[in-house]
Amino acid sequence: MRIAFFATCLADTLFPEAAKATVRLLERLGHEVVFPFEQTCCGQMHINTGYQREALPLVKRYAQTFDRYEVIVVPSGSCAGSIRHQHTMVASSYGDAGLAARSESVAARTYELSELLIDVLKVEDVGAYYPHRVTYHPTCHSLRMIRVGDKPLRLLRQVRGLDLVELPAAEQCCGFGGTFALKNAETSTAMLADKMTNIVSTGADVCTAGDTSCLMHIGGGLSRLRTGVRTVHLAEILASTESS
Amino acid sequence: MTTFLGMPATAPRGVGHLRGDQPFPRAAHDALGNSQLRRNLRHATTTIRGKSGRVIAELPDWQRLRDAGSAIKADVMSRLPDLLVQLESRVTEAGGVVHWAADANEANRIVTDLVRQTGSERVIKVKSMATQEIGLNEALEDGGITPVETDLAELIVQLGDDKPSHILVPAIHRNRSEIREIFLRAMPGVDPFLSDDPPALAAAARRYLRETFLSTSVAVSGANFAIAETGTLGVVESEGNGRMCLTLPDTLITVMGIEKVLPTWRDLEVFLQLLPRASTGERMNPYTTMWTGVTPGDGPQNFHLVLLDNGRSAVLADTVGRQALHCIRCSACLNVCPVYERTGGHAYGSVYPGPIGAVLSPQLTGIEDNASLPYASSLCGACFDACPVKIDIPSMLVHLRNKAPHSPAERAAMAAAAYTMSRPRLYASAQRAVKMARIAGRRGRGLPPPLSGWTAGRDLPEFPKQTFRDWWAQR
Repeated sequence: MRIAFFATCLADTLFPEAAKATVRLLERLGHEVVFPFEQTCCGQMHINTGYQREALPLVKRYAQTFDRYEVIVVPSGSCAGSIRHQHTMVASSYGDAGLAARSESVAARTYELSELLIDVLKVEDVGAYYPHRVTYHPTCHSLRMIRVGDKPLRLLRQVRGLDLVELPAAEQCCGFGGTFALKNAETSTAMLADKMTNIVSTGADVCTAGDTSCLMHIGGGLSRLRTGVRTVHLAEILASTESS
Repeated sequence: MTTFLGMPATAPRGVGHLRGDQPFPRAAHDALGNSQLRRNLRHATTTIRGKSGRVIAELPDWQRLRDAGSAIKADVMSRLPDLLVQLESRVTEAGGVVHWAADANEANRIVTDLVRQTGSERVIKVKSMATQEIGLNEALEDGGITPVETDLAELIVQLGDDKPSHILVPAIHRNRSEIREIFLRAMPGVDPFLSDDPPALAAAARRYLRETFLSTSVAVSGANFAIAETGTLGVVESEGNGRMCLTLPDTLITVMGIEKVLPTWRDLEVFLQLLPRASTGERMNPYTTMWTGVTPGDGPQNFHLVLLDNGRSAVLADTVGRQALHCIRCSACLNVCPVYERTGGHAYGSVYPGPIGAVLSPQLTGIEDNASLPYASSLCGACFDACPVKIDIPSMLVHLRNKAPHSPAERAAMAAAAYTMSRPRLYASAQRAVKMARIAGRRGRGLPPPLSGWTAGRDLPEFPKQTFRDWWAQR
């Protein structure tokens, strides 16, 4: 299958390993990945901070860039959530009916990585090997906005060598929330503290999730406290093999 | 010909409790450092979450009940004026008197005058959010009338000269030793050897309140529901103190937000299932009191209903924001909110804390007066899933943020980011420039605000040598 890749601005800029892993994984599974260079950012930061008008060009850019593809994958539940639940709203408030229709149509063809693998490509065992003790944090937008359910866990359970340990109070927010982490830094840190306590209690050496943004937050805290626990994007685990 | 009456007014300043003294982040700072508060909140919210989750799981049609609750509320909002006029005629026919209060000042004046006319210098109160919202207790005291809260938690708050911090459990921030101290200090006739054993504390309150019930001739209540078709008012509660207030006195004055009206008696089928399970985690609340006007020889012989606007019409005028008026004050959103669990209710300033407060208060007051509240959320969405009437709080928070005033510096930064991200080549150069931050400070300490908020508790990621798109271009 020909799959268009929306890397997200954060993975493209700061976490290229997660983006590269998505490409390697899909190519290993026999699919063709295309990366349209016109892509930049989905505009979620602007929309969620109260700048919908400023987000309009980004919403428009996403629709224009990806309209010509049948299937689009995003290695982020949060960006997929913004594209599917916010783009049409911004397009109809600040753009026009044509853009709104286009945004809605492209959004329907946009999948988060675990959705693409399980719902579209119908694969649970991606042939990965990852000999580590791993705990999985279900990010809020993947869980409650696009409802990926247990799809990431189903993928992780098939990974050879991986010791999957359950995260206590897994469904509680890590405290990131985009600009929330800056505007309400102390409350965000208090939420992060509990998330880290739960992660450390599992004895895992890796915490994984489907969003580089939440992982940047959790990882930033785990690193500051020298816990020795690393954060790794789900795509990187699924892309790992015996030979890598 | 039509006459433009202007936009409906928001709740007036200088009266009531819809505005805090400081923005949320600053108020949260103090709460986060209070270890007793943090422990109380964690324990209380975790307990209620568990209890509520268990009884909700018993109902196979919970999701359909939520849909029904949401649909009934949407219908109410679409024809609120008609329903209120219908309610007014039914209440009047049943022997009640209906008063319309445009705002807190008018409502306070109406209630104070009504109490004065009875000659009573004291009123007993049923727990009510509407009267907390308008600051009725202060207004009554200014008028020489003593209000006595009869809900145990509200009594603790009142005797402690404190503010409620939770919609359902107003004294959630207090533990038993603090309650004992408050009672010893402020409860008339209290046993000086009172222990901090919860049954002993409850018994002390009971003794004090029982005397007050029997010697006070006027009660003030709120209402959970009003049925337009019958003119019936309803209060649901756990303690029975409300039942005392609603049945013993000669005069009953009910202050109700206009959004509480329901079209028909049958609608109660939905809400009496939704409310207790979402709220206290009970299958049915212990006391449900319903009354229709006045019944000769039984219960209060004078009944007044004060219909309170205080900004609600302004909320109704916003077709997205009006969902906040669907709220049935169950507080399920508070109990699941990771922000509320850590900051408690006082940080929100308003009597309406938590996620629903963050969308309701700024709309009642106008966004300028509560501009920090829509940002007091990580948009995690737990509130939406917990809401028994399916209020999409995260989408409303995003909607209100879009209406909030922004600082010039933030506006400039956001505009610059949008400009860059709209131009892929400029964007690619900016990405490469990010790598320069590796030189500026590897772990990013010493960054200016607001970035210093991040680095106070978290490291910055290692900046990669190459962006993804540069890697792709080189493959």
